[in-house]
Amino acid sequence: MFGARGTGDTSGYGGLVRSAASTGSSERPYGSYFDEVADDLERAYPLFSEAIERVVVDRGELTLHVKREKLVEVAMILRDSLKFEMCMGVSGIHYPTDSGRELHAVYPLLSITNNRRVRLEVSVPDADAHIPSVVEVWAGNNWHERETFDMFGIIFDGHPGLTRILMPDDWQGHPQRKDYALGGIPVEYKGATTPPPNERRSYK
Amino acid sequence: MSVFDPYAPSRDTTEGTVYSVTGGDWDALVQEIGSTKEERVVVNMGPQHPSTHGVLRLVLELEGETVTEARCGIGYLHTGIEKNMEYRSWTQGTTFVTRMDYLGPLFNETAYCLAVEKLLGITEDVPERANVIRVMMMELNRISSHMVALGTGALELGAISPMFFAFRERETVLDIFEMISGLRMNMAYVRPGGVQQDLPAGAIPKIRDAVKLMRKNFKDNTTLLVGNSIWMKRTQGIGYLDLAGCTTLGVTGPVLRSTGLPWDLRKVQPYSGYENYNFDVITADSCDVYGRFLIRMGELEQSLRIVEQALDKLEKLEGAPVMVADKKIAWPAQLALGGDGLGNSLDHIREIMGTSMESLIHHFKLVTEGFRVPAGQVYAAVESPRGELGAHVVSDGGTHPYRMHFREPSFNNLQATSAMSEGGMIADIIGAVASIDPVMGGVDR
Repeated sequence: MFGARGTGDTSGYGGLVRSAASTGSSERPYGSYFDEVADDLERAYPLFSEAIERVVVDRGELTLHVKREKLVEVAMILRDSLKFEMCMGVSGIHYPTDSGRELHAVYPLLSITNNRRVRLEVSVPDADAHIPSVVEVWAGNNWHERETFDMFGIIFDGHPGLTRILMPDDWQGHPQRKDYALGGIPVEYKGATTPPPNERRSYK
Repeated sequence: MSVFDPYAPSRDTTEGTVYSVTGGDWDALVQEIGSTKEERVVVNMGPQHPSTHGVLRLVLELEGETVTEARCGIGYLHTGIEKNMEYRSWTQGTTFVTRMDYLGPLFNETAYCLAVEKLLGITEDVPERANVIRVMMMELNRISSHMVALGTGALELGAISPMFFAFRERETVLDIFEMISGLRMNMAYVRPGGVQQDLPAGAIPKIRDAVKLMRKNFKDNTTLLVGNSIWMKRTQGIGYLDLAGCTTLGVTGPVLRSTGLPWDLRKVQPYSGYENYNFDVITADSCDVYGRFLIRMGELEQSLRIVEQALDKLEKLEGAPVMVADKKIAWPAQLALGGDGLGNSLDHIREIMGTSMESLIHHFKLVTEGFRVPAGQVYAAVESPRGELGAHVVSDGGTHPYRMHFREPSFNNLQATSAMSEGGMIADIIGAVASIDPVMGGVDR
């Protein structure tokens, strides 16, 4: 319509093609306290280069991409040697187009001793959505991991009781995944419905 | 089964006999339960219970009156806010987040907006007046939130008068919110890039009067509760959680500060210009419910101090902008109160409808489609009345969030219920939960 390129959609839902997660790695020096954190971790953890896939510094925040097999080891060292006493939970992200690494789990860590923050990121394939649980490292991640399981279907191996927490126990599917079907709203007027939000006003 | 009691029917299960107690003759029930040898009782408290601070369900295992196991059931108020936001523009997001922790709407909005601004790279461009207004509104909000915590906490332990005083003070704050934003709760006032609109004329003297009034009125609750022997017996040594317990459970806010650690993000990781205000971080070292109560009482006065300093700054910044200058991000119109309520200002309508087609297009694009945010992820945290409220925001470069996640302090801190109440008396679990001050809208989102 009107010869617009792309979807020509001005509804607020741009019909955008979802881009995959970025794959670049940052170069040293990282700046701020990030070099120190990386150095300390390298010193305390000999398998650093094997366990840490990428180090990303973006918008003043440090993200360490950790292989899932090494997550608990790295977490233990970050807690005990680098004094990241607190883990601020875990947040899942679903990138359906990032093949082989569709599900990401992000752990924001906080060090009270050094007043620092760092973020761990683990990515796993959808077909094998298992990540070792860090509840034995930070007990407070118990509910957060249950929530991420509930919403994304990531299975945290070794969790003391991985059950749904927000959705009902018999719920089917994991609502915050991108492939979760959204519901429309019946408006009861001549059989019309309000379509699900990702299908509204496509102007096709 | 001796006699059938319509108020407490029982049925046999593999776990033993289950009684559903919904009222009626307590003596008859006790007589019937007394005929069994089992001492262990599992009680389901909530989700519809006046003392559980909202729709919180507690499953308690009791030996007599001692709690041997306490588990929480949550999710009764899950509204899918995080998922909903993925289908709304960045500006519309504030309307959702404000409804999460409904007692601290301005904290939700500010955490979200700080994260969006970080993604946009405009943190430094947010005008100072907007920052000062945010700080002032957040501190007023802290007062209203703490007032509910204190009032309902006292009510749940059987003290009714403190709630009357607490809600009177809260009303003063909500009146200020209504004057400034038009709404008492869920105001969506903080927007990416600044705030929705400037303070109305005459707001500063009114807030000054309210501060004076509140400072005087706070004394009513102080004299009622601080040092009150009944109150102290119900709260001292109750709900104990030490520093090691707090760190391993990720507990922040007044519960963490009641262990003596002065951890307050406003001081240690300042945002929105908190480094420019003089205030003290209140701590206690008793690790109990009474300590947390004293901290909240102390924080009320500190919040008033910050509000007064913010008012001084606002007087100097009269007429300064409250939204970023970048026209590609800022809402195209200054909102104004008209005869039919809040809406775009008449000057703006005149311009887009009468003189400038480009302004009309710009307005239309920005309002319907919204602005784009560069791809990436950030985590921004603020010190809400309940602890660290973190917003993890992921953008794929589009006009709406790719993924939103809120690290809600209520959600996290509620996990401490078991550690605080197991081994204690059943009556004390109420005090322990009240001292965490969970808001179920925030817990379940």
